[in-house]
Amino acid sequence: MNTAHNEPQTPNLAASPVEVADLTVAYSRRPVLRDINLMLPEGQLIAIIGPNGAGKSTLLKAIMGILPLSTGEVKIFGKPLEEQRGLVAYVPQRGSVDWDFPTHVLDVVLMGRYGTLGLFQRPGKTDREIAWSCLSKVGMEEFARRQINQLSGGQQQRVFLARALAQEAEIYLMDEPFAGVDAATERAVIALLRELKSQGKTVVCVHHDLQTIPTYFDHVVLINMHLIANGPTTTTYTSENLRRPMGEA
Amino acid sequence: MSTTFWILLTACLTGIACGPIGCFLVLRRLVMMGDAISHAVLPGIVVGYLLTGVRDPFIMLAGALGVGIITAWLTGIVHHVGQVDEGASMGVVFTLLFAIGVILVSAYTGQVDLDADCVLYGEIAYVTWDTFQIGSTDMGPRAVWMLGGIVAMNVIFIVMFYKQLKICAFDPELASSLGIPTGVFHYLLMTMTAMTVVAAFESVGAILVVAMLAVPAATAYLLTRHLWFMLILSAVIGCLSGLLGYGLAALFDSSISGAMAVAAGILFLLAILFSPHHGIAVLWARRLLHNR
Repeated sequence: MNTAHNEPQTPNLAASPVEVADLTVAYSRRPVLRDINLMLPEGQLIAIIGPNGAGKSTLLKAIMGILPLSTGEVKIFGKPLEEQRGLVAYVPQRGSVDWDFPTHVLDVVLMGRYGTLGLFQRPGKTDREIAWSCLSKVGMEEFARRQINQLSGGQQQRVFLARALAQEAEIYLMDEPFAGVDAATERAVIALLRELKSQGKTVVCVHHDLQTIPTYFDHVVLINMHLIANGPTTTTYTSENLRRPMGEA
Repeated sequence: MSTTFWILLTACLTGIACGPIGCFLVLRRLVMMGDAISHAVLPGIVVGYLLTGVRDPFIMLAGALGVGIITAWLTGIVHHVGQVDEGASMGVVFTLLFAIGVILVSAYTGQVDLDADCVLYGEIAYVTWDTFQIGSTDMGPRAVWMLGGIVAMNVIFIVMFYKQLKICAFDPELASSLGIPTGVFHYLLMTMTAMTVVAAFESVGAILVVAMLAVPAATAYLLTRHLWFMLILSAVIGCLSGLLGYGLAALFDSSISGAMAVAAGILFLLAILFSPHHGIAVLWARRLLHNR
Protein backbone atom coordinates (compact mmCIF):
# COMPACT_ATOMS: atom_id res chain seq x y z
CA MET A 1 0.00 0.00 0.00
CA ASN A 2 1.15 3.49 -0.75
CA THR A 3 1.92 5.26 2.51
CA ALA A 4 4.24 7.96 1.19
CA HIS A 5 1.69 10.77 1.36
CA ASN A 6 0.08 10.11 4.71
CA GLU A 7 -1.33 13.23 6.35
CA PRO A 8 -0.65 13.59 10.05
CA GLN A 9 -4.39 13.62 10.88
CA THR A 10 -5.01 10.32 9.09
CA PRO A 11 -6.52 8.28 11.90
CA ASN A 12 -5.19 4.83 11.12
CA LEU A 13 -2.12 4.53 8.95
CA ALA A 14 -2.45 0.79 8.53
CA ALA A 15 -6.06 0.70 7.37
CA SER A 16 -7.35 1.13 3.83
CA PRO A 17 -9.26 4.40 3.28
CA VAL A 18 -12.24 2.42 1.93
CA GLU A 19 -12.83 -1.20 2.76
CA VAL A 20 -15.96 -2.99 1.59
CA ALA A 21 -16.78 -6.50 2.82
CA ASP A 22 -19.48 -8.87 1.50
CA LEU A 23 -21.55 -5.98 0.24
CA THR A 24 -24.93 -6.68 -1.35
CA VAL A 25 -27.38 -3.92 -2.26
CA ALA A 26 -30.90 -4.56 -3.55
CA TYR A 27 -33.65 -2.36 -4.97
CA SER A 28 -37.04 -3.82 -4.02
CA ARG A 29 -35.48 -7.22 -3.30
CA ARG A 30 -33.66 -7.41 -6.66
CA PRO A 31 -29.90 -7.32 -6.04
CA VAL A 32 -27.95 -4.74 -8.06
CA LEU A 33 -24.62 -5.37 -6.35
CA ARG A 34 -23.62 -8.79 -5.10
CA ASP A 35 -20.85 -9.91 -2.72
CA ILE A 36 -18.49 -7.03 -3.30
CA ASN A 37 -15.18 -7.26 -1.43
CA LEU A 38 -12.94 -4.32 -2.00
CA MET A 39 -9.92 -2.58 -0.47
CA LEU A 40 -8.92 0.71 -2.03
CA PRO A 41 -5.37 2.08 -1.85
CA GLU A 42 -4.66 5.40 -0.17
CA GLY A 43 -3.55 8.59 -1.92
CA GLN A 44 -4.46 7.52 -5.45
CA LEU A 45 -6.85 8.48 -8.22
CA ILE A 46 -9.21 5.53 -8.54
CA ALA A 47 -11.77 4.90 -11.30
CA ILE A 48 -14.85 2.75 -10.94
CA ILE A 49 -15.81 1.46 -14.37
CA GLY A 50 -18.35 -0.94 -15.81
CA PRO A 51 -21.21 -1.09 -18.30
CA ASN A 52 -24.48 0.82 -17.85
CA GLY A 53 -26.51 -0.58 -14.98
CA ALA A 54 -23.45 -2.28 -13.49
CA GLY A 55 -24.08 -0.60 -10.14
CA LYS A 56 -21.23 1.96 -10.19
CA SER A 57 -23.25 4.82 -8.69
CA THR A 58 -24.95 2.36 -6.37
CA LEU A 59 -21.54 1.31 -5.04
CA LEU A 60 -20.62 4.92 -4.22
CA LYS A 61 -23.99 5.53 -2.57
CA ALA A 62 -23.69 2.32 -0.56
CA ILE A 63 -20.21 3.29 0.65
CA MET A 64 -21.61 6.71 1.64
CA GLY A 65 -24.57 5.18 3.48
CA ILE A 66 -27.09 6.89 1.19
CA LEU A 67 -28.55 3.50 0.25
CA PRO A 68 -29.25 0.78 2.81
CA LEU A 69 -27.04 -2.31 2.57
CA SER A 70 -28.74 -5.69 2.32
CA THR A 71 -25.64 -7.35 3.73
CA GLY A 72 -22.01 -6.50 4.38
CA GLU A 73 -20.17 -3.58 5.87
CA VAL A 74 -18.13 -0.54 4.88
CA LYS A 75 -15.13 0.69 6.80
CA ILE A 76 -13.40 4.02 6.40
CA PHE A 77 -9.80 3.90 7.67
CA GLY A 78 -10.73 0.78 9.62
CA LYS A 79 -13.75 2.23 11.41
CA PRO A 80 -17.49 2.32 10.64
CA LEU A 81 -18.64 5.16 8.40
CA GLU A 82 -20.73 6.72 11.18
CA GLU A 83 -17.56 7.58 13.13
CA GLN A 84 -15.69 8.76 10.03
CA ARG A 85 -18.23 10.80 8.04
CA GLY A 86 -16.13 13.94 8.31
CA LEU A 87 -13.35 12.22 6.38
CA VAL A 88 -15.44 11.47 3.29
CA ALA A 89 -16.89 13.93 0.77
CA TYR A 90 -19.47 12.81 -1.77
CA VAL A 91 -20.12 14.51 -5.10
CA PRO A 92 -23.47 13.40 -6.60
CA GLN A 93 -24.18 13.41 -10.32
CA ARG A 94 -24.78 16.91 -11.58
CA GLY A 95 -28.20 15.89 -12.93
CA SER A 96 -29.39 14.65 -9.54
CA VAL A 97 -30.37 18.12 -8.31
CA ASP A 98 -32.75 20.83 -9.48
CA TRP A 99 -30.61 23.70 -10.77
CA ASP A 100 -33.66 25.99 -10.73
CA PHE A 101 -33.57 25.88 -6.93
CA PRO A 102 -33.60 29.46 -5.59
CA THR A 103 -30.04 29.86 -4.36
CA HIS A 104 -26.65 31.19 -5.47
CA VAL A 105 -23.23 29.64 -6.05
CA LEU A 106 -21.57 30.56 -2.74
CA ASP A 107 -24.56 29.21 -0.85
CA VAL A 108 -24.24 25.82 -2.56
CA VAL A 109 -20.53 25.67 -1.69
CA LEU A 110 -21.37 26.57 1.92
CA MET A 111 -23.57 23.44 2.07
CA GLY A 112 -20.29 21.49 2.12
CA ARG A 113 -19.72 22.96 5.59
CA TYR A 114 -23.07 21.79 7.02
CA GLY A 115 -21.58 18.50 8.21
CA THR A 116 -19.26 20.34 10.62
CA LEU A 117 -22.00 22.59 12.02
CA GLY A 118 -24.10 21.88 15.09
CA LEU A 119 -27.85 21.21 14.92
CA PHE A 120 -28.92 24.87 15.06
CA GLN A 121 -25.60 26.45 14.02
CA ARG A 122 -25.36 28.73 10.98
CA PRO A 123 -22.30 28.86 8.72
CA GLY A 124 -19.94 31.50 10.15
CA LYS A 125 -17.10 33.70 8.97
CA THR A 126 -14.56 30.83 8.81
CA ASP A 127 -16.98 28.69 6.80
CA ARG A 128 -17.51 31.56 4.37
CA GLU A 129 -13.73 32.06 3.99
CA ILE A 130 -13.26 28.34 3.29
CA ALA A 131 -16.08 28.44 0.71
CA TRP A 132 -14.49 31.44 -1.05
CA SER A 133 -11.08 29.79 -1.23
CA CYS A 134 -12.61 26.56 -2.57
CA LEU A 135 -14.45 28.56 -5.22
CA SER A 136 -11.20 30.18 -6.30
CA LYS A 137 -9.55 26.74 -6.53
CA VAL A 138 -12.05 25.77 -9.22
CA GLY A 139 -11.82 29.18 -10.89
CA MET A 140 -15.38 30.22 -10.02
CA GLU A 141 -14.76 33.10 -7.60
CA GLU A 142 -16.35 35.70 -9.88
CA PHE A 143 -19.52 33.59 -10.03
CA ALA A 144 -20.02 33.49 -6.25
CA ARG A 145 -23.21 35.57 -6.26
CA ARG A 146 -24.53 34.11 -9.52
CA GLN A 147 -27.87 32.30 -9.40
CA ILE A 148 -27.28 28.60 -9.98
CA ASN A 149 -29.79 28.43 -12.85
CA GLN A 150 -27.46 30.65 -14.88
CA LEU A 151 -24.53 28.21 -14.88
CA SER A 152 -23.31 26.03 -17.73
CA GLY A 153 -22.88 22.29 -17.21
CA GLY A 154 -19.14 22.66 -16.64
CA GLN A 155 -19.68 25.48 -14.14
CA GLN A 156 -22.24 23.38 -12.27
CA GLN A 157 -19.66 20.60 -11.99
CA ARG A 158 -17.04 23.02 -10.67
CA VAL A 159 -19.48 24.29 -8.05
CA PHE A 160 -20.07 20.71 -6.93
CA LEU A 161 -16.31 20.13 -6.69
CA ALA A 162 -15.84 23.34 -4.71
CA ARG A 163 -18.56 22.15 -2.34
CA ALA A 164 -16.74 18.83 -1.87
CA LEU A 165 -13.44 20.68 -1.26
CA ALA A 166 -15.19 22.75 1.41
CA GLN A 167 -15.79 19.53 3.34
CA GLU A 168 -11.99 19.27 3.80
CA ALA A 169 -12.16 15.49 3.62
CA GLU A 170 -9.52 12.77 3.18
CA ILE A 171 -11.53 10.71 0.70
CA TYR A 172 -13.53 12.09 -2.23
CA LEU A 173 -16.21 9.94 -3.84
CA MET A 174 -17.34 11.47 -7.14
CA ASP A 175 -20.14 10.26 -9.38
CA GLU A 176 -19.13 11.00 -12.98
CA PRO A 177 -17.34 14.32 -12.45
CA PHE A 178 -16.37 14.41 -16.14
CA ALA A 179 -19.81 13.69 -17.60
CA GLY A 180 -20.98 16.31 -20.08
CA VAL A 181 -18.43 19.00 -19.23
CA ASP A 182 -16.50 21.24 -21.65
CA ALA A 183 -12.80 20.68 -22.37
CA ALA A 184 -11.70 23.57 -20.12
CA THR A 185 -13.63 22.17 -17.19
CA GLU A 186 -12.26 18.70 -17.86
CA ARG A 187 -8.71 20.08 -17.65
CA ALA A 188 -9.55 22.04 -14.50
CA VAL A 189 -11.12 18.98 -12.87
CA ILE A 190 -8.21 16.65 -13.59
CA ALA A 191 -5.73 19.29 -12.38
CA LEU A 192 -7.71 19.55 -9.17
CA LEU A 193 -7.84 15.78 -8.70
CA ARG A 194 -4.06 15.60 -9.18
CA GLU A 195 -3.60 18.35 -6.61
CA LEU A 196 -5.75 16.40 -4.15
CA LYS A 197 -3.61 13.35 -4.82
CA SER A 198 -0.43 15.33 -4.19
CA GLN A 199 -1.89 16.22 -0.78
CA GLY A 200 -2.29 12.51 -0.05
CA LYS A 201 -6.06 12.43 -0.53
CA THR A 202 -7.84 9.44 -2.01
CA VAL A 203 -10.16 10.20 -4.94
CA VAL A 204 -12.67 7.65 -6.25
CA CYS A 205 -14.55 8.51 -9.47
CA VAL A 206 -17.26 6.71 -11.38
CA HIS A 207 -15.93 7.16 -14.89
CA HIS A 208 -17.35 6.54 -18.35
CA ASP A 209 -14.69 7.62 -20.82
CA LEU A 210 -12.53 4.54 -21.19
CA GLN A 211 -9.94 6.38 -23.34
CA THR A 212 -8.83 8.71 -20.57
CA ILE A 213 -8.49 6.04 -17.88
CA PRO A 214 -4.77 5.26 -18.41
CA THR A 215 -3.85 8.98 -18.33
CA TYR A 216 -6.14 10.05 -15.48
CA PHE A 217 -6.26 7.16 -13.05
CA ASP A 218 -3.71 5.11 -11.07
CA HIS A 219 -6.07 2.38 -10.03
CA VAL A 220 -9.22 0.86 -11.52
CA VAL A 221 -12.14 -1.08 -10.10
CA LEU A 222 -14.17 -3.00 -12.68
CA ILE A 223 -17.66 -3.98 -11.65
CA ASN A 224 -20.71 -5.48 -13.27
CA MET A 225 -23.05 -6.25 -10.38
CA HIS A 226 -20.16 -8.16 -8.86
CA LEU A 227 -16.49 -7.28 -8.69
CA ILE A 228 -14.58 -8.14 -11.90
CA ALA A 229 -11.16 -6.73 -11.15
CA ASN A 230 -9.47 -4.32 -8.75
CA GLY A 231 -5.88 -3.19 -9.10
CA PRO A 232 -3.35 -0.73 -10.55
CA THR A 233 -4.34 0.61 -13.98
CA THR A 234 -1.22 -0.76 -15.67
CA THR A 235 -1.92 -4.37 -14.71
CA THR A 236 -5.72 -4.32 -14.36
CA TYR A 237 -6.89 -2.14 -17.23
CA THR A 238 -6.35 -4.87 -19.85
CA SER A 239 -8.45 -5.84 -22.82
CA GLU A 240 -8.93 -9.24 -21.25
CA ASN A 241 -10.46 -7.75 -18.10
CA LEU A 242 -12.51 -5.27 -20.12
CA ARG A 243 -14.11 -8.05 -22.12
CA ARG A 244 -15.10 -9.86 -18.93
CA PRO A 245 -17.67 -7.42 -17.56
CA MET A 246 -19.54 -7.39 -20.86
CA GLY A 247 -19.47 -11.18 -21.19
CA GLU A 248 -20.64 -12.42 -17.81
CA ALA A 249 -23.34 -10.65 -15.85
CA MET B 1 -63.68 44.44 17.79
CA SER B 2 -65.63 44.13 14.59
CA THR B 3 -66.42 40.90 12.79
CA THR B 4 -64.66 42.19 9.66
CA PHE B 5 -61.44 42.71 11.57
CA TRP B 6 -61.43 39.13 12.88
CA ILE B 7 -62.26 37.66 9.47
CA LEU B 8 -59.46 39.66 7.85
CA LEU B 9 -57.03 38.61 10.58
CA THR B 10 -58.00 34.96 10.14
CA ALA B 11 -57.57 35.22 6.37
CA CYS B 12 -54.14 36.87 6.74
CA LEU B 13 -52.95 34.33 9.30
CA THR B 14 -54.07 31.47 7.04
CA GLY B 15 -51.94 32.89 4.24
CA ILE B 16 -48.95 33.46 6.53
CA ALA B 17 -49.20 29.95 7.99
CA CYS B 18 -49.52 28.20 4.62
CA GLY B 19 -47.10 30.20 2.44
CA PRO B 20 -43.67 29.29 3.87
CA ILE B 21 -44.53 25.61 4.49
CA GLY B 22 -45.91 25.58 0.95
CA CYS B 23 -42.52 26.84 -0.33
CA PHE B 24 -40.79 23.68 0.86
CA LEU B 25 -43.56 21.53 -0.61
CA VAL B 26 -43.25 23.34 -3.96
CA LEU B 27 -39.44 23.05 -4.01
CA ARG B 28 -39.55 19.37 -3.09
CA ARG B 29 -42.41 18.70 -5.54
CA LEU B 30 -44.55 17.51 -2.67
CA VAL B 31 -47.56 19.80 -3.12
CA MET B 32 -49.71 16.77 -3.81
CA MET B 33 -48.62 15.36 -0.44
CA GLY B 34 -50.08 18.54 1.08
CA ASP B 35 -53.25 17.82 -0.87
CA ALA B 36 -53.27 14.25 0.37
CA ILE B 37 -52.77 15.26 4.00
CA SER B 38 -55.39 18.01 3.81
CA HIS B 39 -57.98 15.41 2.82
CA ALA B 40 -56.75 12.57 4.96
CA VAL B 41 -56.87 14.54 8.24
CA LEU B 42 -60.67 14.75 8.03
CA PRO B 43 -61.42 11.45 9.85
CA GLY B 44 -58.91 12.46 12.53
CA ILE B 45 -60.73 15.72 13.12
CA VAL B 46 -64.13 14.03 13.19
CA VAL B 47 -62.99 11.31 15.58
CA GLY B 48 -61.55 14.08 17.75
CA TYR B 49 -64.96 15.76 17.82
CA LEU B 50 -66.82 12.53 18.45
CA LEU B 51 -64.60 11.45 21.33
CA THR B 52 -64.66 14.75 23.18
CA GLY B 53 -67.88 16.32 21.97
CA VAL B 54 -66.20 19.74 21.91
CA ARG B 55 -64.12 21.70 19.47
CA ASP B 56 -60.96 21.48 21.40
CA PRO B 57 -58.13 22.63 19.17
CA PHE B 58 -55.59 20.37 20.88
CA ILE B 59 -57.72 17.25 20.46
CA MET B 60 -58.33 18.19 16.83
CA LEU B 61 -54.63 18.76 16.21
CA ALA B 62 -53.76 15.47 17.88
CA GLY B 63 -56.36 13.54 15.87
CA ALA B 64 -55.31 15.15 12.62
CA LEU B 65 -51.63 14.65 13.37
CA GLY B 66 -52.23 10.97 14.05
CA VAL B 67 -54.00 10.57 10.73
CA GLY B 68 -51.39 12.71 8.95
CA ILE B 69 -48.63 10.38 10.12
CA ILE B 70 -50.75 7.33 9.28
CA THR B 71 -51.15 8.75 5.74
CA ALA B 72 -47.42 9.12 5.18
CA TRP B 73 -46.85 5.67 6.67
CA LEU B 74 -49.67 3.91 4.78
CA THR B 75 -48.56 5.55 1.54
CA GLY B 76 -45.12 4.05 2.08
CA ILE B 77 -46.59 0.60 2.79
CA VAL B 78 -48.87 0.60 -0.27
CA HIS B 79 -45.93 1.82 -2.35
CA HIS B 80 -43.46 -0.83 -1.15
CA VAL B 81 -45.59 -3.87 -0.35
CA GLY B 82 -48.10 -3.36 -3.14
CA GLN B 83 -45.33 -2.38 -5.61
CA VAL B 84 -47.58 0.50 -6.70
CA ASP B 85 -46.29 3.84 -7.96
CA GLU B 86 -45.96 6.42 -5.16
CA GLY B 87 -48.48 8.85 -6.70
CA ALA B 88 -51.02 6.08 -7.09
CA SER B 89 -50.54 4.83 -3.54
CA MET B 90 -50.97 8.41 -2.26
CA GLY B 91 -54.21 8.60 -4.25
CA VAL B 92 -55.45 5.33 -2.77
CA VAL B 93 -54.65 6.24 0.82
CA PHE B 94 -55.89 9.82 0.98
CA THR B 95 -59.15 9.29 -0.89
CA LEU B 96 -59.90 6.31 1.33
CA LEU B 97 -59.25 8.29 4.52
CA PHE B 98 -61.19 11.30 3.21
CA ALA B 99 -64.10 9.01 2.32
CA ILE B 100 -64.10 7.57 5.84
CA GLY B 101 -64.19 11.15 7.11
CA VAL B 102 -67.13 12.04 4.85
CA ILE B 103 -69.05 8.95 6.04
CA LEU B 104 -68.34 9.84 9.67
CA VAL B 105 -69.49 13.43 9.11
CA SER B 106 -72.73 12.38 7.40
CA ALA B 107 -73.47 9.57 9.85
CA TYR B 108 -72.99 11.70 12.95
CA THR B 109 -74.20 15.09 11.72
CA GLY B 110 -76.58 15.22 14.65
CA GLN B 111 -73.78 14.93 17.18
CA VAL B 112 -71.05 16.78 15.37
CA ASP B 113 -71.10 20.50 14.82
CA LEU B 114 -69.71 20.02 11.34
CA ASP B 115 -71.16 19.54 7.89
CA ALA B 116 -69.88 18.66 4.47
CA ASP B 117 -69.98 22.25 3.18
CA CYS B 118 -67.90 23.55 6.02
CA VAL B 119 -65.39 20.72 5.59
CA LEU B 120 -64.96 21.47 1.90
CA TYR B 121 -65.16 25.27 1.85
CA GLY B 122 -64.48 26.36 5.41
CA GLU B 123 -66.50 28.80 7.45
CA ILE B 124 -64.33 31.86 7.71
CA ALA B 125 -67.37 34.15 7.74
CA TYR B 126 -68.40 32.64 11.07
CA VAL B 127 -65.08 32.66 12.92
CA THR B 128 -66.36 35.19 15.44
CA TRP B 129 -69.13 32.79 16.49
CA ASP B 130 -66.63 30.48 18.09
CA THR B 131 -64.58 32.44 20.57
CA PHE B 132 -62.04 31.47 23.15
CA GLN B 133 -62.49 32.47 26.76
CA ILE B 134 -60.16 32.67 29.71
CA GLY B 135 -62.31 32.95 32.82
CA SER B 136 -64.96 35.41 31.73
CA THR B 137 -62.75 37.40 29.36
CA ASP B 138 -63.44 36.94 25.67
CA MET B 139 -60.09 36.42 23.97
CA GLY B 140 -61.41 36.54 20.41
CA PRO B 141 -62.02 33.78 17.85
CA ARG B 142 -60.53 30.37 18.52
CA ALA B 143 -59.40 30.09 14.86
CA VAL B 144 -57.23 33.19 15.26
CA TRP B 145 -55.47 31.71 18.28
CA MET B 146 -54.97 28.39 16.58
CA LEU B 147 -53.62 29.94 13.37
CA GLY B 148 -51.47 32.36 15.35
CA GLY B 149 -49.99 29.45 17.28
CA ILE B 150 -49.26 27.58 14.05
CA VAL B 151 -47.64 30.65 12.48
CA ALA B 152 -45.37 30.93 15.51
CA MET B 153 -44.52 27.21 15.39
CA ASN B 154 -43.80 27.33 11.66
CA VAL B 155 -41.52 30.34 12.07
CA ILE B 156 -39.62 28.67 14.91
CA PHE B 157 -39.39 25.40 12.96
CA ILE B 158 -38.09 27.06 9.78
CA VAL B 159 -35.64 29.37 11.57
CA MET B 160 -34.23 26.54 13.70
CA PHE B 161 -33.85 24.02 10.89
CA TYR B 162 -33.35 26.38 7.94
CA LYS B 163 -30.11 24.79 6.77
CA GLN B 164 -31.43 21.22 7.06
CA LEU B 165 -34.68 22.08 5.27
CA LYS B 166 -32.73 23.82 2.52
CA ILE B 167 -30.18 21.06 1.93
CA CYS B 168 -32.83 18.30 2.09
CA ALA B 169 -34.84 20.17 -0.54
CA PHE B 170 -31.88 20.96 -2.82
CA ASP B 171 -29.67 17.89 -2.57
CA PRO B 172 -31.00 15.09 -0.34
CA GLU B 173 -28.12 12.79 -1.34
CA LEU B 174 -25.52 15.26 -0.13
CA ALA B 175 -27.59 15.76 3.02
CA SER B 176 -27.56 12.07 3.90
CA SER B 177 -23.86 11.80 2.97
CA LEU B 178 -23.23 14.51 5.58
CA GLY B 179 -25.14 12.48 8.15
CA ILE B 180 -28.23 14.72 8.18
CA PRO B 181 -31.23 12.46 8.87
CA THR B 182 -33.25 13.25 5.73
CA GLY B 183 -36.07 10.90 6.73
CA VAL B 184 -36.55 12.68 10.05
CA PHE B 185 -36.76 16.06 8.33
CA HIS B 186 -39.18 14.68 5.75
CA TYR B 187 -41.53 13.52 8.50
CA LEU B 188 -41.06 16.77 10.44
CA LEU B 189 -42.05 18.75 7.34
CA MET B 190 -45.06 16.46 6.83
CA THR B 191 -46.01 16.91 10.49
CA MET B 192 -45.82 20.70 10.20
CA THR B 193 -47.87 20.48 6.99
CA ALA B 194 -50.52 18.40 8.76
CA MET B 195 -50.71 20.86 11.68
CA THR B 196 -50.91 23.85 9.33
CA VAL B 197 -53.62 22.16 7.29
CA VAL B 198 -55.66 21.42 10.40
CA ALA B 199 -55.37 24.99 11.62
CA ALA B 200 -56.34 26.42 8.24
CA PHE B 201 -59.03 23.80 7.71
CA GLU B 202 -61.75 25.55 9.68
CA SER B 203 -61.35 28.82 7.88
CA VAL B 204 -60.74 27.83 4.26
CA GLY B 205 -61.70 24.15 4.12
CA ALA B 206 -59.94 21.03 2.86
CA ILE B 207 -59.87 21.91 -0.82
CA LEU B 208 -58.86 25.55 -0.68
CA VAL B 209 -56.10 24.94 1.86
CA VAL B 210 -54.18 23.34 -1.00
CA ALA B 211 -54.53 26.59 -2.94
CA MET B 212 -53.11 28.50 0.02
CA LEU B 213 -50.19 26.04 0.30
CA ALA B 214 -49.32 25.97 -3.38
CA VAL B 215 -50.26 29.23 -5.06
CA PRO B 216 -48.53 31.92 -2.92
CA ALA B 217 -45.40 29.71 -2.77
CA ALA B 218 -45.39 29.24 -6.55
CA THR B 219 -45.90 33.00 -7.01
CA ALA B 220 -42.97 33.78 -4.71
CA TYR B 221 -40.85 31.24 -6.63
CA LEU B 222 -41.41 33.28 -9.80
CA LEU B 223 -40.44 36.54 -8.14
CA THR B 224 -37.17 35.76 -6.34
CA ARG B 225 -34.09 33.57 -6.61
CA HIS B 226 -33.32 33.59 -2.87
CA LEU B 227 -34.86 30.97 -0.63
CA TRP B 228 -35.15 33.17 2.48
CA PHE B 229 -36.84 35.93 0.47
CA MET B 230 -39.12 33.39 -1.20
CA LEU B 231 -40.28 32.28 2.27
CA ILE B 232 -41.06 35.85 3.37
CA LEU B 233 -42.65 36.75 0.05
CA SER B 234 -44.92 33.69 0.13
CA ALA B 235 -46.23 34.77 3.53
CA VAL B 236 -46.82 38.32 2.28
CA ILE B 237 -48.57 37.05 -0.86
CA GLY B 238 -50.65 34.61 1.21
CA CYS B 239 -51.69 37.47 3.49
CA LEU B 240 -52.46 39.69 0.51
CA SER B 241 -54.57 36.93 -1.06
CA GLY B 242 -56.61 36.84 2.14
CA LEU B 243 -57.19 40.60 2.12
CA LEU B 244 -57.95 40.78 -1.60
CA GLY B 245 -60.17 37.73 -1.32
CA TYR B 246 -62.23 39.39 1.36
CA GLY B 247 -62.63 42.47 -0.87
CA LEU B 248 -63.67 40.32 -3.83
CA ALA B 249 -66.14 38.36 -1.70
CA ALA B 250 -67.68 41.60 -0.40
CA LEU B 251 -67.89 42.97 -3.94
CA PHE B 252 -69.60 39.92 -5.42
CA ASP B 253 -71.28 38.78 -2.21
CA SER B 254 -69.67 35.36 -2.57
CA SER B 255 -67.76 32.74 -0.57
CA ILE B 256 -64.76 34.30 1.17
CA SER B 257 -62.53 31.25 0.96
CA GLY B 258 -63.32 30.81 -2.73
CA ALA B 259 -62.49 34.45 -3.36
CA MET B 260 -59.21 34.05 -1.42
CA ALA B 261 -58.10 31.25 -3.72
CA VAL B 262 -59.15 33.26 -6.76
CA ALA B 263 -57.19 36.26 -5.45
CA ALA B 264 -54.14 34.04 -4.98
CA GLY B 265 -54.62 32.84 -8.56
CA ILE B 266 -54.81 36.42 -9.86
CA LEU B 267 -51.56 37.32 -8.04
CA PHE B 268 -49.92 34.25 -9.58
CA LEU B 269 -51.08 35.31 -13.03
CA LEU B 270 -49.63 38.78 -12.46
CA ALA B 271 -46.32 37.19 -11.44
CA ILE B 272 -46.28 35.09 -14.61
CA LEU B 273 -46.81 38.23 -16.66
CA PHE B 274 -44.62 40.70 -14.81
CA SER B 275 -41.93 38.72 -12.97
CA PRO B 276 -38.63 40.59 -13.51
CA HIS B 277 -36.73 37.56 -14.86
CA HIS B 278 -39.28 35.35 -16.59
CA GLY B 279 -42.35 37.58 -16.89
CA ILE B 280 -44.01 37.07 -20.28
CA ALA B 281 -44.99 40.74 -20.54
CA VAL B 282 -41.51 41.81 -19.42
CA LEU B 283 -39.77 39.64 -22.02
CA TRP B 284 -42.21 40.84 -24.66
CA ALA B 285 -41.63 44.50 -23.81
CA ARG B 286 -37.87 43.94 -23.80
CA ARG B 287 -38.02 42.37 -27.24
CA LEU B 288 -40.15 45.26 -28.51
CA LEU B 289 -37.64 47.83 -27.23
CA HIS B 290 -34.77 45.82 -28.64
CA ASN B 291 -36.25 45.59 -32.12
CA ARG B 292 -36.76 49.30 -32.40
